[in-house]
Amino acid sequence: MSVSILVVDDEPDVADLFRQCFRREAHDGTYVMHFAYSGQEALDKLAAGIEPHLIVILSDINMPKMDGLELLREIKTRRPDLPVMMVTAYGDDERRRLAGEYGAAEFITKPVDFDFLKTQLRDLSDAAD
Amino acid sequence: MVGGLVIRRRTAGGFAPTIPTLLQTFAGQAVLAIENARLFQELTARGEEARRARTAAEAALADLRRAQDRLIQSEKMASLGQLTAGIAHEIKNPLNFVNNFADLSGELLQELRETTAPAVAVLGEDERAAVDEVVDMLRGNLEKIAEHGRRADGIVKSMLEHSRGVSGERREVDLNTLVEEALNLAYHGARAQDASFNITLERDLDPAVAAIELAPREITRVLLNLIGNGFYAATKRARGNGGAAYRPTLQVSTRDLEDAVEIRVRDNGTGIAPEIRDQLFQPFFTTKPTGEGTGLGLSISWDIVTQQHGGSIEVDSREGEFTEFTIRLPRNGQAGRRSA
Repeated sequence: MSVSILVVDDEPDVADLFRQCFRREAHDGTYVMHFAYSGQEALDKLAAGIEPHLIVILSDINMPKMDGLELLREIKTRRPDLPVMMVTAYGDDERRRLAGEYGAAEFITKPVDFDFLKTQLRDLSDAAD
Repeated sequence: MVGGLVIRRRTAGGFAPTIPTLLQTFAGQAVLAIENARLFQELTARGEEARRARTAAEAALADLRRAQDRLIQSEKMASLGQLTAGIAHEIKNPLNFVNNFADLSGELLQELRETTAPAVAVLGEDERAAVDEVVDMLRGNLEKIAEHGRRADGIVKSMLEHSRGVSGERREVDLNTLVEEALNLAYHGARAQDASFNITLERDLDPAVAAIELAPREITRVLLNLIGNGFYAATKRARGNGGAAYRPTLQVSTRDLEDAVEIRVRDNGTGIAPEIRDQLFQPFFTTKPTGEGTGLGLSISWDIVTQQHGGSIEVDSREGEFTEFTIRLPRNGQAGRRSA
């Protein structure tokens, strides 16, 4: 069964990176990758409905206009059960604390350890089955 | 009146009429001379007083200048620390791409090789060799990118540690034991890196320093930095113009100053040129060849000692003779730590 992942980051290269990293999974139909380049775009996509079943949102924190923590709060008011993982270069205690407080499922610091990320995603997609 | 002038004659008779006039003139001159002498004496005394006042004022000014220098230095270091943290974070983002894309490209190349293997197999020998050569070079380059990316990542990590606001856990420790442990750790570390490494270690640990409250992990880090630098300088001198009689030596001493403790780390290595002494504690300043030092050791040490422990760290050195770092830690060193 295919499941969706939504990646939110204002840097377009992030999309390339994730596409390449998950090329096998995308090819064999494990995951369908979706991308949004701002918090607002992510909320719009979420409102329009994402197919197949969305299991997780991976969001950057430092973004212009709506930052990742704000987006996290917005998502949590609409879809409290949807796991959101924060991916950021700023691994400081304050951001980590806020992310936890707002209900982030995971706090991943850049450079991203993709092996670790894939394990996390596997757990989530197993849970969705 | 200061005195009188008397004249006498041996024989009876009056003085010539010009004599009293002469005498009066002389008396006038004498009064002037005496007055001048008095004024001169007074002036000398005042000059002495003025000189003393001037010396005192100059000393006060010099104290003030030193205090100001310390303040400026402290301010400079604090803002450099914040700048360092900002840069480190900004570098992490592009570094994320460099490292991940390098790893990915390695995988993609491997896939390409597997997919094209049947086609490459039917090529002529020369063409096959050319393809293999290019693929190998590409793989080598990608490994280099990944390796140097990891190196940059390591630097960024130590930059961030440097500026991390939260201070390490503080507890009462026996300073001499801490120094002894750091010395052993540094020595064995240096031996592990270079089996030919050798140095005479001298300890002069004052039992009166006893226990002191500090952040042991951080102070150990400072000691490892200073001892490591000492080892480096002494080894450099031994390999350079040390001469046959040269014995690399590192001395570590502790001393109780009642309301503070003092730790000295002294090596008889290459010394530090006077013109670079001001820059020693600045982030990224290093005299080591590229790749050997990050230039963060002393800057982190400065931060730990002054910001985190409210102490001081000073350096004394003579080129080609010695370098000595002196750390003073107050016993009630409550940190006036900025929250960066």
